[in-house]
Amino acid sequence: MTDILDDKQYTTLNLGPTHPATHGIFQNVLTLDGEQIIDAEQTIGYIHRAFEKIAEHRPFYQITPLTDRLNYCSSPINNIGWHQTVEKLLGVKTTKRIDYMRIILMELARITDHLVCNSVIGVDSGALTGFIYVFQEREKVYEIYEEVSGARLTTNMGRIGGFERDLSLKAVKKIREFLDHLPKVLHEFEKLLMRNRIFMDRTIGVGPISGERALNYGFTGPNLRAAGVDYDVRVMTPYSSYDDFEFIIPVGTQGDTYDRFCVRQQEIWESVKLVRNALENLPEGSFHLDVPQFYLPPKEAVYSKMEALIWHFKIVMGEIEVPVGEVYHSVEGGNGELGFYLVSDGGRTPFRLHFRRPGFIYYQAYPEMIRGGVLSDAILTMSSMNVIAGELDA
Amino acid sequence: MENSFIIDKLYKAFDQDILKMDTSSDVLSFIIASPVVHDVISFLKNDENMNFNFLTDLCGIHYPDRGLPLGVVYHLHNLTENKRIRIKTFVTMNEPKVSTVTDLFSSANWMERETFDFYGIIFEGHPNLKRILNVEYMDFFPLRKEYPLEDPTREDKDDRYFGR
Repeated sequence: MTDILDDKQYTTLNLGPTHPATHGIFQNVLTLDGEQIIDAEQTIGYIHRAFEKIAEHRPFYQITPLTDRLNYCSSPINNIGWHQTVEKLLGVKTTKRIDYMRIILMELARITDHLVCNSVIGVDSGALTGFIYVFQEREKVYEIYEEVSGARLTTNMGRIGGFERDLSLKAVKKIREFLDHLPKVLHEFEKLLMRNRIFMDRTIGVGPISGERALNYGFTGPNLRAAGVDYDVRVMTPYSSYDDFEFIIPVGTQGDTYDRFCVRQQEIWESVKLVRNALENLPEGSFHLDVPQFYLPPKEAVYSKMEALIWHFKIVMGEIEVPVGEVYHSVEGGNGELGFYLVSDGGRTPFRLHFRRPGFIYYQAYPEMIRGGVLSDAILTMSSMNVIAGELDA
Repeated sequence: MENSFIIDKLYKAFDQDILKMDTSSDVLSFIIASPVVHDVISFLKNDENMNFNFLTDLCGIHYPDRGLPLGVVYHLHNLTENKRIRIKTFVTMNEPKVSTVTDLFSSANWMERETFDFYGIIFEGHPNLKRILNVEYMDFFPLRKEYPLEDPTREDKDDRYFGR
């Protein structure tokens, strides 16, 4: 299809909704002058599942599985962020052991999230090998999730007030093995791409955004840091005892695809360090808090003790007391500040729950970032922004 | 940055239009009269002492029992001093109009469209106010409280003991 505007003939191209290079269901209607992009218009909402409406009809503990499906590349971060939001509303403070266990799992999730994003940048620029190679490592993290929570992708990990069980010896062993093996793989992955002439030519200067524009567009996470702004929720408003650890916030300068790649790559190294530190310094103590109105008692106790049975019944039937109030809690998700705005009227379910999804907010800048570039660069820009359909559409 | 400093400055500039102030929740909150909400946010962003230069979140809320049932909630963040602030404004069901903040924050574009999509709040001056996540021919605003989650004509299911 062609349009005639200002004496020139432009082509309109539908990129998506299902296109192998978009890694999800996104539609972009591009206006092209030859191969050059003049303008783009996005359509989103193809996998909208009305989570905010559903959440208004679910008791608090049943909302965790909804958060799994936001950024499904790093579900533990979403799960734990939600638990912490409820804990903030209740006004309870978690023990160091819970905090450190959470850090271990959240950082493992960040590693997988970044591995997927970076290896996919490789795929879109023509290097499939690295993708297959690092996916073996991602598989190992999924085995750790399986050991901790029983699930792999949509983890539903932990409970309000901690975890349903302690870190098993097998899980610890798997984490140690993973930590020992990952650096070797990462080095090789970096050798493949980071100083590769073809890769650098394909990514440097592609899809750039300035720090100022990025802030105005509400960028957070690695995409903002690639543009040179060192905002990280873990450091700015520490949650889950992140302030006990030392780590570097890597920043870029150009805000282009290559910088986003490098920032994510460096963050993986920092996450490895964090997981190792948290595991080595894991304090003794209980893996859950004493919040009987939210934390389901162990099944054996439910069958044998009256009080546990009563609590179990009360939680499941929603006869628990929830404080009235409103909180905003945010965690550093794989893609940036993942916020939960929760308004409670004391009822069984939230009165209002809004997810601040980083991907939804920064994806708006996509047309501005690809304008003037060529079509193949638009694909790379999208994969380097790590737009996840589940997070986008909630 | 102290809460009292922000409160002083805001009351000095917009005394008549601040309907309520709340320091009890986690973030300092203000309820502002809807006609001036753009001015307040512009002041918070551009005043050199305030410098709330980051729009973290913008969403709608619906209290069916109140006189002004529909609301918009803004979360702003001063990144240099790490201070958050929450601004709320409420409008009527018949004339749910708030002026847009897209001229101040590009990020508000889709967040306002989302709020319009779910609550039917009209952001005046928005460059492209249409539905974003739902289909365009939808003729209701699904997050308003009067819209049930499931088809209300269903008779095979009794949710009395499980629903709200």
